[in-house]
Amino acid sequence: MRLSRREQIVDHLVLGLFALFAVVPLIGVLLSAVTPAKENEGSFAVPRRLALGNFGSAWDQGHFSTYMVASLVVTASVIVLTTMLGVLAGFAFARLSFAGSGLLFFVLLGGLLLPAEAFIIPLYFNLRGVGLTDTFLSLILPQTAQSLAFAVFWLRNQFRTFPSDIVEAARLDGARDLRVLWQVMVPASRAPIVTMCVLIGMWTWNEFLIPLVMISSDDRRTAPLGLTFFQGQHLNAYSLIAAGGVIVALPIVVAYFCLQKRFISGMLDGIADR
Amino acid sequence: MKGRRQPVAYLYVLPALVVFAVFLGLPFLQTFEYSFYHWDGLSASTWAGLSNYRDVVADPQLRSAFGHALMLMVFYSVVPIVIALVLTALISRAHRLRGMSVYRTVLFLPQVIATVVVATMWVSIYSSHGLLNQVLRLVGLGSLARVWLGDYSTALVAIGLVGTWLNVGLCLVLFLSGVGNIAPTLFEAARLDGANTRQEFLAISLPALRGQIAAALTLTVVSALKTFDLVYVTTRGGPGTSTTVPAYEAYNRAFNTGQVGSAAAVAVVLTVLIMVVSALINRLQPQETA
Repeated sequence: MRLSRREQIVDHLVLGLFALFAVVPLIGVLLSAVTPAKENEGSFAVPRRLALGNFGSAWDQGHFSTYMVASLVVTASVIVLTTMLGVLAGFAFARLSFAGSGLLFFVLLGGLLLPAEAFIIPLYFNLRGVGLTDTFLSLILPQTAQSLAFAVFWLRNQFRTFPSDIVEAARLDGARDLRVLWQVMVPASRAPIVTMCVLIGMWTWNEFLIPLVMISSDDRRTAPLGLTFFQGQHLNAYSLIAAGGVIVALPIVVAYFCLQKRFISGMLDGIADR
Repeated sequence: MKGRRQPVAYLYVLPALVVFAVFLGLPFLQTFEYSFYHWDGLSASTWAGLSNYRDVVADPQLRSAFGHALMLMVFYSVVPIVIALVLTALISRAHRLRGMSVYRTVLFLPQVIATVVVATMWVSIYSSHGLLNQVLRLVGLGSLARVWLGDYSTALVAIGLVGTWLNVGLCLVLFLSGVGNIAPTLFEAARLDGANTRQEFLAISLPALRGQIAAALTLTVVSALKTFDLVYVTTRGGPGTSTTVPAYEAYNRAFNTGQVGSAAAVAVVLTVLIMVVSALINRLQPQETA
């Protein structure tokens, strides 16, 4: 059943209109980011000349170079840690039988629903008590804990549907659980693991409340935190704020365009599974 | 493999559980404990009983924060879902359109951009020379122009509309993919029976979309309740207290005004609300896939 000409036109009109609605504010930022700072009043306007220097100013004067490094360190650490711990736990919940596994899984799953507000206040005072506030660890460990709920859930589903005969064959060859897991199951599950890493990377990169609470030194601010700090200090520096915003959003947007199928299907599956 | 207990399994789950317990589980339980004390974050705390919880109802500032969250739910959840459903009825077979994947990518784009960036973007759209006022002046409604986020009567709605912008594409993508999963023979049968588009939507698409609608509701309602980044960047709760929300009150009381106990009570109420709302909406979910 093919779409009629009229139906196609209506579809394009409706989708085009809403795509425009989604994209106009984003185009506004891009234009603002290349508008000379003195001419920028926050309007939506095509600049008369391109001021690409705004990115350089944001990068140096706005300290976005340090903010981006901080975000990179935190995000990469959370992805690696979460994947390692999540693979181990997901495997146990999917393939091993032990007393209390149902209950423990249920408790972990609860983490999917918990907003950061539910734990951030005591967490701050606990970490301050042991001198861990204002360190990368105070961002990495809580965000790993937050991501683990999703990772364990995702990987357990993955490992559960993994064909048993392959696992058994590896076992007959004398492989132990840990080797079966890392040398057979993980490589074969590469696609869903990449999807998981991409989603966790996005959530971690974009997180705002945890860095806002934990970090006080400028050189440990993550990119979103750095942007609000910069905005708070230069309220009317529209060009530099826009340039900073583009810098902050760029890594995730680029990843999104490269891996859009994974992003969308991962998020939709994640939503549907909850 | 089944039936035999494997104690070694505890070694596999232990690292994840320890990180989870220390950095999330335990602090979560402590939030309850904190909520029964008055504490400024530095000196000794004093027992407060239920008074922090009484304040959530009695303190006008907290009450209005929860009221604002309710208002945001309309803009974050009801408006985008209704718009997306109407559009889905209109273009129910668009999932087969050539170029649909491009639209999907663009419609989904706001989801991947940090809320903080989205917020700074809308600050300039709502500013005195910003896009919204430009459009109003263009169509001769210049008298309505104002600094939308600085006006008591419009700031909350302005924040709500950012939520609408964020969520409408998500709902549309979700619903269109749901309709795409319906067997085409159902629609063909309906056509043979002489059903029009509206009847087709009500009889086939809408019931089949129950799962997607429930998912969209959960996601958008929870995001409305959790709103923090957007308020922090755009208004910090102002002007006055016209845009405070529970998550902002919890943050502000805990880390700025030295009312840690009260902040914890707000956080507990907010968390319980999120859990209850998710559980209620989950009951809409068709059972066989739940």
